[in-house]
Amino acid sequence: MTRLPAGGLIDRGKPIAFRFNGRTLTGFSGDTLASALIAHDVKIVGRSFKYHRARGILTDGIDEPNALVTLGSGARAEPNCRAPSVELFDGLEAYSQNCWPSPNFDLMAINGLLSRIFVAGFYYKTFMWPAALWEKLYEPLIRRAAGLGRLSGDPDPDTYDRSHAFTDLLVVGSGPAGLSAALCAARGGLRVLLIENDSRVGGRLLSQRYKVDGELGTAWADAALKELVANERVTILTRTSLFGAYDDKSFAAVERVSDHLPGAAIGRPRQRYWKIVAAQAIFATGATERPIAFGGNDRPGVMMASAIQTYINRYAVAPGKRAAIFTVCDTGYEVAADLAAAGVDVAAVIDARRQPGRSLAFAPAISGEIVRTFGKSLTAIEVRRYDGGVERIAVDLLGMAGGWNPNIGFASHLGNRPDWNESLQAFRQEKLSDGMMFAGAADGALTLTDALASGEAAAARVMSPASSMPPIGTSAQASPHVVRAIGQKVFVDFQHDVTVEDILLADREGYRSVEHLKRYTTLGMATDQGKAGQVLGHAVLAQHRGVEMAAVGTIAARPPHTPVAIGALAGMHRGEHLKPVRLTPTHCWAAENGASFVNAGLWKRAQWFTRAGDADWLASAVREAKAVRSAVGICDVSTLGKIEVEGPDAALLLDRLYANMMSTLPVGKCRYGLMLREDGFVFDDGTVARLDESRYVITTTTVNAVAVMRHVDFALQVIWPDLRAHACSVTESWAQIAVAGPQSRALLQDLLPDIDLSNETFPFMGAVAGTWDGIPMRLFRLSFSGELAYEIAVPTNHGDALVRTLARLGQTYGCTPYGLEALGILRIEKGHVAGGDLNGQVTAHDLGLGRMLSRKKDFIGRAMAERPMLVDPGRQALVGLKPVDPTQRLSAGSHLFRSGAAHVAGESQGHVTSVAYSGVFDQWIALGVLAHGPQRIGEVIVAASPMRGTRIEVEVCNPVFFDAAGERLRA
Amino acid sequence: MIISCPHCGPRDSSEFYFRGEATPTRPEYDAGTAAATGYVYGRINPAGPQKEHWYHAAACRSWLLVERDTRTHKFLSVTLASEQGR
Ligand SMILES: [Zn+2]
Repeated sequence: MTRLPAGGLIDRGKPIAFRFNGRTLTGFSGDTLASALIAHDVKIVGRSFKYHRARGILTDGIDEPNALVTLGSGARAEPNCRAPSVELFDGLEAYSQNCWPSPNFDLMAINGLLSRIFVAGFYYKTFMWPAALWEKLYEPLIRRAAGLGRLSGDPDPDTYDRSHAFTDLLVVGSGPAGLSAALCAARGGLRVLLIENDSRVGGRLLSQRYKVDGELGTAWADAALKELVANERVTILTRTSLFGAYDDKSFAAVERVSDHLPGAAIGRPRQRYWKIVAAQAIFATGATERPIAFGGNDRPGVMMASAIQTYINRYAVAPGKRAAIFTVCDTGYEVAADLAAAGVDVAAVIDARRQPGRSLAFAPAISGEIVRTFGKSLTAIEVRRYDGGVERIAVDLLGMAGGWNPNIGFASHLGNRPDWNESLQAFRQEKLSDGMMFAGAADGALTLTDALASGEAAAARVMSPASSMPPIGTSAQASPHVVRAIGQKVFVDFQHDVTVEDILLADREGYRSVEHLKRYTTLGMATDQGKAGQVLGHAVLAQHRGVEMAAVGTIAARPPHTPVAIGALAGMHRGEHLKPVRLTPTHCWAAENGASFVNAGLWKRAQWFTRAGDADWLASAVREAKAVRSAVGICDVSTLGKIEVEGPDAALLLDRLYANMMSTLPVGKCRYGLMLREDGFVFDDGTVARLDESRYVITTTTVNAVAVMRHVDFALQVIWPDLRAHACSVTESWAQIAVAGPQSRALLQDLLPDIDLSNETFPFMGAVAGTWDGIPMRLFRLSFSGELAYEIAVPTNHGDALVRTLARLGQTYGCTPYGLEALGILRIEKGHVAGGDLNGQVTAHDLGLGRMLSRKKDFIGRAMAERPMLVDPGRQALVGLKPVDPTQRLSAGSHLFRSGAAHVAGESQGHVTSVAYSGVFDQWIALGVLAHGPQRIGEVIVAASPMRGTRIEVEVCNPVFFDAAGERLRA
Repeated sequence: MIISCPHCGPRDSSEFYFRGEATPTRPEYDAGTAAATGYVYGRINPAGPQKEHWYHAAACRSWLLVERDTRTHKFLSVTLASEQGR
């Protein structure tokens, strides 16, 4: 055990049992998985991505590239969790990744010996030929050998929540700068939302032994928290990771609600996705310590110096017994002092700057560099002094203090690239989007005093843009440090195993732009987005080429800043909650009568009604269609869009919306109407009924109900705002039921004894508004089936009563409920187009409806519909199709070929758009579009479906298969 | 993105339907095919401020004439399309 005897922000009174690779270990409340593993002297946590090198814990937070573990098991297994940011809880299970059988002995480590083929660009080079083997052989092989953890493949069993927040000021990060900004803004009366990724506020104050206002940093942070919590205008979200900055001051974050609690939390979401809108945002996101490039810098036992400081001070664990620090900045000396204070033997501080920072009482400060490291996990380092000497020092812990990179990635989410700052020797965000600023270390203010002042200055600027608070300057640092390698791999991107040699190779091969470098070497493309090592990698390129860092530049960070579970983004929108469900007014009645339902947009529509004796769904549909042709059927058509149009100019509006004339429609009549898009193609079709001089109700297809309403609004508000007309969707207000078949009149006359429904007083295309049982009622004599038919509408809440009354009265007439499949059969027998026939690429001429295009008026789409290519007789136009062998079954989507032509795309002359089994003809029939179609009636062609492997001879025929004269519907 | 609807106030862009670049005045049929072609297909596609039509589909059903900078997604102005030129 290397738990220090005292200190730390852990609760030694609350031990926690957890399992790592099957071993039961214990830690304390307040530990992370990483600190608890260090307490148990676990040095090797996993294996690296490409070379399967043994890797230990490198950092103390979200930028961890090495210590990635899979948490949990079964469906809850979550791969690639960063051990330093996993809170310990009772029963936590963690497993090493990328190793078999164990992280200490990994058979795949042979990849390290094959490292010559895994160099930069290996994807492009090694496996270029033959291409066919790539998918089957190379890629699966590489994925198995090199790769990250695995998903369970099971559905996510957890639930996720979603919240919205609106605030005057969003503060991201609760270190000294974030806390001082939040305090200052809250005292100024702003609504403040403070977001902290950690389980407690304080940031680096939790890792250091600094004092603020005379008290320990942690105590100051606790006092600040207390003041903020007491302020009702302040909201604090801990365990919450901001992951994206978006347009218009919107931000996205994920709160880990119960990830840190033992067992699956009952009644609580696992995580909560926050969508935040903030008038101003201060990013006090701190800085990430950068590694130093030297041989063997990935060996377990080599850590970031700042991480060592965190483990010693916050978690009271010593990651080693004898330590050295390799530094290019003064913070390295602080860590050495903290190590010494904790009782760890400090062997040396190796300062790579030519003028070392200071001397130490407890250890030698060496001016020089580390060139190599030794041991499976670290046992010794080789130091080359600038005065010429080389010495080997036995240590089991080495801290890298390579300077600090401000965490500015969120700025580039909005497209703002950072600038290289020469005195800071790091990228700093100069160009900012409106409402976003950086403070503290994230702005280059690296000392505690500056960070506190910087947070306050940022808050002051939020409250008063003209604030005279002087800007806080940036600190000075040494440049990113690269040691010339001797024989050992030098890593810059630990998670993706990218070495200095890879970068030099990419440069030799011409991949010099950082964007090319990134893709060729995969530098910064791992799940950590290169937070730790990417800038160091770019420094390698700059130093090698002898150019300034400013000329090399850096890569834009992109959302998500840290990986986000897809479940958190989906929230509650999964399974049956993915989309809202719309039920028709007769849904319950249909369900009671054996209906199977199908999704039509958001609607559930009855597809067929199963009755005893029906062999299958087709038998049901054919039986229902036959009932309509021979007796009477009822079908809910409420899903059709219904729009009421009213006003003195309503007729004029409809003339402009429809291709055919509507102003001539008499009151009490309906007319079929065709709408075009402005580009001349068919948009939608439906019926128009004139209820009185200035009042119409129009119907749309189910799928276009919303689009037609939008279109009507566009015409009224944008194109012709001077028209005195109004339109309103009433789709949900009316239940509408089709009553179709030879007995429909008799049935409706029983229902409506006070209205004369004889053919003379209420002929085909009649419309009447009246009452049924004292309830408003509209009756239209419309026919989609080709039979004598009506559609009756009542207010939606009476739809159920209406359908039940119709079914009861209809018993005498053999009334049969019918669904969408029967509806399809009936309309295809009549050659009525719908659904797949209207695919947005057909013209009125294509559908044989060219005569409907009025020449007496302007209407939407008229000018473009007259373009020569849109009226070319060679276009694919609507035809009927029937198999020459009546036993054969047609399938929609089949392509149409001239008899004897090759069945290749270039020879296709059209396709089958709708098919149905016709009970009237006892065979499959179809509608389709065919080049020169109307001139080819009687020709035998081939319908081929390469998808289904079918080729069927079909005869081209008139699309109106049944009652072409239309006698039945006028009966 | 947040769009300030003149009727409903600042609302999330997910409530709106985006039609595209606002086209000039629709030509009458008599203006001919060339004018109609320009109206239907002609777009400036600027890198910078662009006039657009948005529809507040999930609320007041107003068509809005919006000026948005295509480089920054900044909304420069939002007015009711029906009041254009009045
Ligand atoms: Zn609105």
